[in-house]
Amino acid sequence: MSGRGTRVGLAVWSVLVIAFLWLPILIILAYAFNGSVLQTWPIQNLTFHWFHQAWHDPDVRSSLWLSVKVGLLATAVALVLGTAASFAIARFSFFGREAVSFLLLLPIALPGIITGMALNSFFYFAGISFSIWTIVIGHATFCVVLVYNNVLARLRRTSPSLIEASQDLGADGWQTFRFVTWPVLSTALVAGGLLAFALSFDEVIVTTFTSGAQETLPILILDHIERGQDLPVINAVVFVVIVLTVIPVVISQRLTHESGLVGTR
Amino acid sequence: MIEAAEAGPPLRRARLRLSAAFWRRPWLKLTLLLALPAVAFLLVYLGSLVALFVSAFWHVDSFTGKVVHAWSWTNFSTLWHDHTYWRIAFRTLWMAAAVTLTDAVLAFPLAFFMARVAPRRMRALLFVLVLLPLWSSYLVRIYSWRLILAKDGALNWALNGLGLPDAGLAYTNTAMWIVFSYVWLPFMVLPVYAALERIPESYLEASQDLGARAWRTLRTVILPLALPGLVAGSIFTFSLTLGDFITPALVGGAGSSFIGNIVETKIGQPDIPFAAAFATVPVLVMAAYLVIAKRLGAFEAL
Repeated sequence: MSGRGTRVGLAVWSVLVIAFLWLPILIILAYAFNGSVLQTWPIQNLTFHWFHQAWHDPDVRSSLWLSVKVGLLATAVALVLGTAASFAIARFSFFGREAVSFLLLLPIALPGIITGMALNSFFYFAGISFSIWTIVIGHATFCVVLVYNNVLARLRRTSPSLIEASQDLGADGWQTFRFVTWPVLSTALVAGGLLAFALSFDEVIVTTFTSGAQETLPILILDHIERGQDLPVINAVVFVVIVLTVIPVVISQRLTHESGLVGTR
Repeated sequence: MIEAAEAGPPLRRARLRLSAAFWRRPWLKLTLLLALPAVAFLLVYLGSLVALFVSAFWHVDSFTGKVVHAWSWTNFSTLWHDHTYWRIAFRTLWMAAAVTLTDAVLAFPLAFFMARVAPRRMRALLFVLVLLPLWSSYLVRIYSWRLILAKDGALNWALNGLGLPDAGLAYTNTAMWIVFSYVWLPFMVLPVYAALERIPESYLEASQDLGARAWRTLRTVILPLALPGLVAGSIFTFSLTLGDFITPALVGGAGSSFIGNIVETKIGQPDIPFAAAFATVPVLVMAAYLVIAKRLGAFEAL
């Protein structure tokens, strides 16, 4: 529909916006190799020293380990709850169905700080002290929706008659699950789980309110940035965090060709 | 394996009976599916939310520091009568609106290019290039801007290289505006892209055949059909800005506090009732926003 001039204009605009999106990421990746302890641009004297230093830093190690544990646990909870909820919503119609699906979306529609505060005051008034489980509960509330969205999208694209056909052919519940439901759902589950892990791994806001004195990796990073302490080491950690979140997202996208945020086809 | 030992007809019959039992009683299956998520969300999440807003009507005794469980409007009247809180609330809302508008302007042409102009392979590449920043750590991306905008950062280096003076953006409201627009941009691009991709080519051809020029087609055909996508994106950009406290803390200046910063400080004291009272502002704003968004069809675009 558009003329040549419009198309070129749109292309130029797109290149500029993509550059705007990526330049800061490339710059922060470059800082990890900065030989100087000063955070100035351009960086000087390329070095791998800070990666070595970060790897042997006990605080970094314990935060990384905590973040991985929290991410795995929150993902596991999200997979169970998200899958169950998406089946209920996709395959049944019942009173309050709309309300349930709205409630599941609420943790990402409301600002993260509200979820964080609500859980914080819940723990405070209920006398629950902070532990890894309080962080997991916080992360699971917003991770559920990722699995839910992914699985729901897949269920809506597959006909329920597949399952009926399997039953008509004499399969029992387990066989139907093993040979019909699972092959249809597996990639959606993996994709949803990977996104849930990626989101949990670098979440800051809800974590601030549910971790107490424990430091997940993003909290450790935030702490150091605010105090301006050991920034070269933090730059190396940041490099690793970016790489660790990019990998699951790329795999997830390959599996579903979806954004995980909105339905695109 | 247990299966190998018992996989005779009895086990198979039992499994079939169980499957049939579930088939005859769909409500049982539904209950089992819904029980866990519903209980978890109703009890923990919704319960906490309700508890939070009930506590907004309590207050902290200034002598003992304990929460007094008595109904009062104390917190709300403090908020109402202090001009500082009004200024902070307006700054937060104003920033959320400005960021939403900026992102819509930046995102629309890119989304249009992705959905309707770019060849298939390039479209997939662009999609990933927008998707990766969305999922990569937002804290890290804010931190990057803190370094870029700093006095010895990349921005001033580039400007000086062109013979221009320093931008002097570090720790200002302008810096916050840039950084917010930056971090939430992918959240706007993707829903708009999804909406634009769904427009059938024949609509655009029909518009052309009826004599509409490009501008008219854009205004009367494309924009109305893209509106749900724009509104869906704006839910993210608006809500995420409204509840943020990291960006003001890392790139904002002395007079850059957001509602989130006050709330975070108060939670730390801990004065949960006051924090809860102030947090009703973003929640009410978002509630109104979601009602309007639903009217405009944004939920179908999600």
